[in-house]
Amino acid sequence: MDFTLNGKARTYSGDPDRPLLWVLREDEALTGTKYGCGVAACGACTVLIDGTPTRSCATPASAVAGTKVTTIEGLNGKVGEAVRTAWRELDVVQCGWCQSGQMLTATAFLTETPAPTEAEITAAMDNNLCRCATYQRIKTAVARAADIAKG
Amino acid sequence: MKNMTLRDSANLAERFAKPSRRMFLSVTALSAAGFLIGCDSKPTTPAATGPAEAFDAAMNWFVRVGSDNTVTVLNKHIEFGQGTATGLSTLVAEEMDADWSQIRVEHAPADASKYGNTILGGAQGTGGSTAMADSYQKMRVAGAGARAMLIAAAAKRFGVDAGTLAIEKGVVRTADGSKKATFGELAADAAKIAPPAVETLKFKDAANYTYVGKSFARLDSPGKTDGSAVFGYDYRPKDAVTALIARPPKFGGTVKSFDDSAAKKLPGTVAVVQVPQGVAVLAKDMWAAIKAREALKVEWDFAKAETRGSAEMMADYKKLASGAGVSARKEGDAAAAMKGAKKKLSADFEFPFLAHAPLEALNCTVVLTADSCEMWFGSQFPSLDQPTAAAIAGLKPEQVKIHTLYAGGSFGRRATPTADLAAEAVGVAKAWGGKAPVKLVHTREDDIKGGYYRPMVLHRMAAGLDAQGVPVAWTNRIVTQSIMEGTPFLPAGQIDFTAIEGSADLPYVFANMDVDVHLPKSAVPVLWWRSVGHTHTAFATEVFLDEVAKAAGKDPLEFRRTLLAKHPRHLGVLNLAAEKAGWGTPMEKGRARGIAVHESFSSFVAHVAEITVKPDRSFTVDRVVCAVDCGIAVNPDVIVAQMEGGIGYGLSAALHEAITLTKGEVDQSNFTDYTILRASEMPKVEVHIVPSTEKPTGVGEPGLPPIAPAVANAIFAATGKSVRKLPMGTKVPA
Ligand code: FES
Ligand code: FES
Repeated sequence: MDFTLNGKARTYSGDPDRPLLWVLREDEALTGTKYGCGVAACGACTVLIDGTPTRSCATPASAVAGTKVTTIEGLNGKVGEAVRTAWRELDVVQCGWCQSGQMLTATAFLTETPAPTEAEITAAMDNNLCRCATYQRIKTAVARAADIAKG
Repeated sequence: MKNMTLRDSANLAERFAKPSRRMFLSVTALSAAGFLIGCDSKPTTPAATGPAEAFDAAMNWFVRVGSDNTVTVLNKHIEFGQGTATGLSTLVAEEMDADWSQIRVEHAPADASKYGNTILGGAQGTGGSTAMADSYQKMRVAGAGARAMLIAAAAKRFGVDAGTLAIEKGVVRTADGSKKATFGELAADAAKIAPPAVETLKFKDAANYTYVGKSFARLDSPGKTDGSAVFGYDYRPKDAVTALIARPPKFGGTVKSFDDSAAKKLPGTVAVVQVPQGVAVLAKDMWAAIKAREALKVEWDFAKAETRGSAEMMADYKKLASGAGVSARKEGDAAAAMKGAKKKLSADFEFPFLAHAPLEALNCTVVLTADSCEMWFGSQFPSLDQPTAAAIAGLKPEQVKIHTLYAGGSFGRRATPTADLAAEAVGVAKAWGGKAPVKLVHTREDDIKGGYYRPMVLHRMAAGLDAQGVPVAWTNRIVTQSIMEGTPFLPAGQIDFTAIEGSADLPYVFANMDVDVHLPKSAVPVLWWRSVGHTHTAFATEVFLDEVAKAAGKDPLEFRRTLLAKHPRHLGVLNLAAEKAGWGTPMEKGRARGIAVHESFSSFVAHVAEITVKPDRSFTVDRVVCAVDCGIAVNPDVIVAQMEGGIGYGLSAALHEAITLTKGEVDQSNFTDYTILRASEMPKVEVHIVPSTEKPTGVGEPGLPPIAPAVANAIFAATGKSVRKLPMGTKVPA
């Protein structure tokens, strides 16, 4: 099975049911994608598959055949960079475990919705849990990233 | 047990605080690489030069100045989000006049003789919001000492008097600016300078601070926003096997027998071994380990297990509460005063078990050989983890090397008196014979079902008012499992102070008071959970106080002000929060405010919560105005972040969280049924810091205790109904 990971061609030949999360973390050593629940409930494992935020813990490896997968390590481009800049500017992180998933979710959202309202931001980020409760900064950072990306 | 008075029982930090030992600076030269500096209880002279690595095990140092012009702070505390890495580095950067961009931070190795926490009796560990309080002077001494040595080295090199030199952003220069050298250029020479006596060090005047009191970017921010920060779960040596443990479904259960034939047939299974905690599967990777554990069949022995449900346990607590417990505070004669009271109030407050649920589940990687044990994990208490690992491995503590990695939250879970995580990991490695590195992990289900909960608690409150509405009696009976009994943290014969902190040292003045406690036992393991006893004592006392205020016909803020006349720091935060929130100004229909104030870990916090109640009784917490007094504000933005986090974590528990048991089995398993706060439920938080010249105290926990009572008091104001049971859910009481 072939797919593209952060711009590079990759091949996977293991158990097709194995969640993408563990392929990324264990085979590819891309440990920026985190495990939080394993049941698609927290969003810590969010990656972009062809630009769509997807929970890698609930995505079998076989499902990514022929797709482009982006993880936090490969997050770039105008919106992705704006998100990272905003996250650093506002010191959003506390423990940091949820933040890769937050940033990828934010990037996909802002790509679709470059000028979001506060309510849209909250709704877009509402399914990514943060146990440290950095939500206020997450919401502010998404708004700030939208401004940065606009230039 | 002797009666404890308020102050000698209730505060962890104060209990263990001893006058600080006389400090000496000591230094280790790193050949060509620079030097390390720290403070020690005995003076040392510069060690012979040698390769940097040779000093790895013996670094008793807090600051490393490298010839590459970096200044590395060795953080004696684990960084799990609370911002300690940044806060401690701020102090060092300040005293050295370093440039912020040259500051690096690393976790210190396990070595209590160098990195012990004086407030925790010299043990190396993080907890009780003590990191800043314990480190403040140590970091300043290390920074000022390093500065003095760099200045001395430059004076020698430039042939000028040390007094004429100045440092700006990590560059030492002569008065006329004609000669300059960076820290990196001076590091090797500075390493040869004898460390100055602490008495001779000059600390910066607060008026000249460039870093302290201002907000500088968190040092862990870059690595946590590009995927490069290495957490425990991320560390995986190439040939490591992944281990999961099947644990008994009831606490206190043990393995009767097991059948591993199906598990062993799976291609990814490496081994199955029995350990004290249950049965461990070892597999080639996480997915294989999950499959192998699912295929395992275990018969359990529940003879010693907890088989009650949580509802039955609470019923037992209520029965206990009808009789007197061990006295934790006594003033006057509460029983007599209650009899003579004109108005009497009483209420039971119930609190569930709570899971910490750090978003990164627990994990620990072990490499075990015949004469060494090396571990990589988020070790919150190396002074417990190291000897525990050594005992299980059959080694000496110094043969156990701990590498502390970032941890994705803890909230208390990573510091257990039993060192449960280290014990599990080393136990599995030992049972298997240490044939390869073992990466022991918990799944979220293991985490939620795994115990070490904030205990279930009952508070039985009563108060009496005289004919003038003056409160004359206050009683508070607490029933809860003890966290501290049977641990090295509790001196023999003393009441578990974590059960009564915040209740026994209640600051409000009543002429007649009784606080007593029952500490029933259960096989359910319990543990400190962010702000420990204050999680429930602040709620029971602050919510009940609003009921008493109403009975006295007083405004909750006015009522508190009267009762706190002798507590200026409580009053300071109370008044600041009230003022900033516009206490007393009218609000639209359906909206209300509640206020609560509480001291914990020597910091003072007041919150005003604003809520909106809709006609269907659902409510939202819209805004929280917080005032905090934690002494000198070293890094204000870290303080603000911890207040935001404490409010969110506390609100999460207040609204949603409960671990319940049915016939001894935990009903919840994951974030699907152990619900936590979401982005849409996070109120707008506004933090105000009280200016102070007091020694800095912690901020990781103190923001939490007043949030749930502030919200409950807003509900009381809106509906006249008191919230007496947590979690309160998202609807106000009918
Ligand atoms: S780990 Fe995938 S959603 Fe939680
Ligand atoms: S920063 Fe810790 S879980 Fe979000």
